[in-house]
Amino acid sequence: MLKKYAEFVKGYEKETLITIISVVVEVIIDVIIPLLMANIIDKGITNGQMNQILKFGLYLVLCCIVSIVSGALSGWFCAKASAGFALNLRDKIFDQIQLFSFTNIDKFSTSSLVTRLTTDVTNVQNAFQVIVRICARAPLMIVFCTVMVFRINSQLALIFLAAIPVLGIGLVLLIMNATPMFEKAIAQYDNLNNIVQENIRGIRVVKGFSREKHEVSKFSKISSVIYKTYTRAETIVALNNPLLQFCLYTCTLVICYIGAHLIVNDNFTTGQLMSVLTYSSQILMSLIFLSTVLVMVMVSRASLHRIAEVLDEKSDIQNQENVMSSNEYDIEFNNVSFKYKLEASKRALNSINIKIEAGKTIGIVGPTGSGKSSLVQLIPRLYDATEGQILVGGVDVKNFDIEELRKHISIVLQKNILFEGTILDNIRWGKPDATEDEVYHACVIAQADEFIQRLPDKYETRIEQGGSNVSGGQKQRLCIARALIGNPKIIIFDDSTSAVDTKTDALIQKNLQLSIPGSTKITIAQRISSVENADMIIVLDNGEVESVGNHQELLKSSEIYREMYESQMNGGIANE
Amino acid sequence: MSKLKIIQDDSTVITIKRVFEYIVRGHKSKFLFVLVSILINVIANVAGSLFIRILIDEYITPLLGVSNPVMTSLYYAISIMGFIYLLGVVFGYLYNRIMIQISQSVQREIRNDMFSKMQSLPIEYFDTNSFGDIMSRYTNDIDTLRQAISQSMPALLSSIIMIVMVLTTMAITSIPLTLLVVFMSFIIIQVMKYFSSKSGKYFVKQQNDIGDLNGYIEEMMNGQRVIKVFTYEHQVKNIFVEKNRQLFKSVNNANRYINMVLPISMNLANLMYVLVAIIGGILSVSGMSGLSLGAIASFLQLTRSFNQPVSQISQQMNSVIVAIAGAKRIFEVIDSSPEVDDGKITLVNAIVNDYQIVESDKYTGQWAWKEVEKKNVKYTLLRGDVRFEDVIFSYDGIKTVLNNISLYAKPGQKIAFVGATGSGKTTIINLINRLYEIEDGNILYDGINIKDIRKSDLRRSLGIVLQDVNLFTGTVMENIRYGNLNASDEDVVSAAKLAEVHDIIERLPQGYQTILTGDGSGLSQGQRQLLSIARAAVSNPPVMILDEATSSIDTRTEKSVQRGMDNLMKGRTVFVIAHRLSTINNSKAIMFLQDGEIVERGNHQQLLELKGKYYQLFTGIFELE
Repeated sequence: MLKKYAEFVKGYEKETLITIISVVVEVIIDVIIPLLMANIIDKGITNGQMNQILKFGLYLVLCCIVSIVSGALSGWFCAKASAGFALNLRDKIFDQIQLFSFTNIDKFSTSSLVTRLTTDVTNVQNAFQVIVRICARAPLMIVFCTVMVFRINSQLALIFLAAIPVLGIGLVLLIMNATPMFEKAIAQYDNLNNIVQENIRGIRVVKGFSREKHEVSKFSKISSVIYKTYTRAETIVALNNPLLQFCLYTCTLVICYIGAHLIVNDNFTTGQLMSVLTYSSQILMSLIFLSTVLVMVMVSRASLHRIAEVLDEKSDIQNQENVMSSNEYDIEFNNVSFKYKLEASKRALNSINIKIEAGKTIGIVGPTGSGKSSLVQLIPRLYDATEGQILVGGVDVKNFDIEELRKHISIVLQKNILFEGTILDNIRWGKPDATEDEVYHACVIAQADEFIQRLPDKYETRIEQGGSNVSGGQKQRLCIARALIGNPKIIIFDDSTSAVDTKTDALIQKNLQLSIPGSTKITIAQRISSVENADMIIVLDNGEVESVGNHQELLKSSEIYREMYESQMNGGIANE
Repeated sequence: MSKLKIIQDDSTVITIKRVFEYIVRGHKSKFLFVLVSILINVIANVAGSLFIRILIDEYITPLLGVSNPVMTSLYYAISIMGFIYLLGVVFGYLYNRIMIQISQSVQREIRNDMFSKMQSLPIEYFDTNSFGDIMSRYTNDIDTLRQAISQSMPALLSSIIMIVMVLTTMAITSIPLTLLVVFMSFIIIQVMKYFSSKSGKYFVKQQNDIGDLNGYIEEMMNGQRVIKVFTYEHQVKNIFVEKNRQLFKSVNNANRYINMVLPISMNLANLMYVLVAIIGGILSVSGMSGLSLGAIASFLQLTRSFNQPVSQISQQMNSVIVAIAGAKRIFEVIDSSPEVDDGKITLVNAIVNDYQIVESDKYTGQWAWKEVEKKNVKYTLLRGDVRFEDVIFSYDGIKTVLNNISLYAKPGQKIAFVGATGSGKTTIINLINRLYEIEDGNILYDGINIKDIRKSDLRRSLGIVLQDVNLFTGTVMENIRYGNLNASDEDVVSAAKLAEVHDIIERLPQGYQTILTGDGSGLSQGQRQLLSIARAAVSNPPVMILDEATSSIDTRTEKSVQRGMDNLMKGRTVFVIAHRLSTINNSKAIMFLQDGEIVERGNHQQLLELKGKYYQLFTGIFELE
């Protein structure tokens, strides 16, 4: 675990080291002070020696000044070290998530990734800060003070030796009981955040069904569970303080009793008694500090564990050692089967064999859940095929340079997302160095220019988070523009014009044909009208290719296709 | 103490006051008990310091040099002290325990309040606030506040009591030394104030930067797939690194000063301890004041006890400041103005007999609007008659989105909206269930202005299927039942059958008990849409709103959905937006919208005869965009 911590200190080693050193200096001085103090009392006050008082007093003042400086240093550098630690940690997690494949993304929910990057990082950061400052301090303090007490009077020191195990065992018991509870409580937080998240996203549904009260009661239920688990966990930890006080007070009383006897019998001085009392409180204080730290570390361990889960997650889609690429962009599916999870019983795709020539227009149709989206997501290697091969330009996509592959294959996802920023920014996702003219051109092709021109700030209009200020159809057209601006060799539309009216849809198709004639265009659609002019139409059913052919051929050969066509014709919209 | 003066503005004082109100409300007796317990705990602690003096002066010094000293009385003294200590320990534990309960329950109340408030906020709030930033208020801000209440507050309380007690005891023991302590304390407070005020403004920035970064994280985690598709990882990463560095800076700025407060003040307290020893020694040796050795020892011990609250206060300063910044953000949500809902008219189950409407507390299948005016109760049968009279609407109060919309839908009629995206179709529908407030004109529902109807009842009477489907974590059964919480399992199943989603559900691993997570991410878009239709079906409303509901369902399924829909629509008033003219050509009336105005209206046949835009659209001459 410490190794993991150490990794994130990188770049802030100096600050961390200075913090620890200043803490050590502080501890040493803290130990010396009672010793000098005993001298003031015994040599100075008891004997009435003014010069002794002044001499030791001077030493003491010097000690304090050094201590102030080192304390200030430790605070200053610790802030930087721990902020830097969190910086590294967040960078590292975010980096790692960027490496994730779709399969990896499926595994973690969005809300849990967010919690890991936020709350968990904060927990670990707090633990780090405490570890650096207190873990260096407390054990040293305990050791030094024990040594000092032994030097003053070994008999009294034995009292400590009796108290330390009592306290130690008590603390260990506490921590062992409290830690699993804290872990449980933290897991509850995920549920809570999930509810909040769903409610913010689904607020229209909540309001639409006027389920506000229902949601509030759902929320307060979890809220109460958190209340209970946390209260229980904290109640256990609350025993910490009384346990310490009990040990401290008992020691004090026993020391007083024995000490009084020793002084009366002339084996001990009042100053020494004071020193021993000071040391005793310092030792036990350090123990209590240590125990709070341990609790904190344990709580942060849960967080660290959740972070480690992300960091240790192996991205299953990475470049091979010898990456290849190709200038050709024909596609071939060779006996491809696919499952979303290896342990799943049902195959999303089964023994697919298709060849797609470069530059052709391809349509894919089929009922909901027939595997259309799965099929196209394999081409830019968003998922890896479970069996079989996908060749792009004759190169297995597993050997293809991923960045190169995805640069040339653009896919407009079904569940698409725009990001906060101007329209210009959003379109430029497809080509970061695109000129304004290029953006404009892409939007014209995607039939988005017209509505953009009507917006007050045109291309500078800010899209709100999630694209909530544009309509579904507008969003889809922006996403299409974003996908085609990079001039991809293959462009895939995954049901991406469902909210666009048929006419506009047809116009987009026509524009694409004219503007990027050399690119392979693959369209998944529900409307026959969107695919009927395609060079080749693939009909999928239940993860398998039912039939392949052009519109006329399929009307004859494919029952599914004919059925779809007829139902849409009857509706009177197929040809409008 | 000085903490109140750190950020000397009114909002801070008000924030603290409000947090206290939460603490005191409902926990008054517990809180009082905590105060008393802290007092006892502190007394025990201070008594311990005084005991040293008694020990030395009365039990040790008199016996020095005495042969055969008798020490039985010492035994008693220690027993009494032991008892006092024990009391201190017990009460210390008690107040800690109760404080945990209080702070956790305050946290729960604040969180619940924030959540219920959020539920009542108008849609505009969600349109304008970043998702992650709202989330951050629930997580970071509440958490810091809880820490402050459970740890900092009792620590501060006990510290203040401790300081008062210790100072009093000191003053009794030695006035000059007490003056020294007061002087040193003054310096310590000044130092603390200096450093805290230096970091105060950075803390507000820190909390804001956290919210900002979280907002970004939230958005990017959500759009992770799009990032992949565009291999946009580097760009996203660069922005992230920049935001991350910004947070680093504000965290560093805020913490470095506050971090120095504890070590510096503790060491100043050490210096104070030393000075007390030196000056006490000088006073004692020079015989200027009658300070006994025991008195000095006990004063030193008192000074030590004095250090503890001082370090406590400076230690807690940090979390108190962060917590106040967080609490301000929480109260911001709680103080946001909710949706206006001054409607008094409610929806009740009704029995109609002999032309009279009688209210029923059981489900009757018929509904009525209940209007209570003074003592007169008036019932209007819910029939589903909706009228727009010269409705004008604008999202921002500047740009008019809907202009002079007038239309009516008689009970059982199907009204369809056609028009280009952005022409205002979705907006009209959002006005019927009052997600937004109209600027001018009236919307009447069974002759009643919808402003007079209680919002929850208004919405209860309307079934909706929205363009974007949102599902909730829970079983499929629960998700469908969302439309009507009283629906039996059978009702849910028959609604699912109506929406033709029953077979699909049966094929899921656990059927209706399959748990959906992540907004139903395991389902296809079409399946999600079908579920949302079933959800609307189970609510069995007199008025249905369908917003492009069938656009993503495959044709095969759509055919059956259409059948189910037709069943569902029977006898209901329906407002529908669809891109397929096939779904709407049997409508009673079709409204053709353009730039927020109805430019054509009539049924399919009439509109075709009109040979206007609709005709052009239907025949393919006209293009919507």
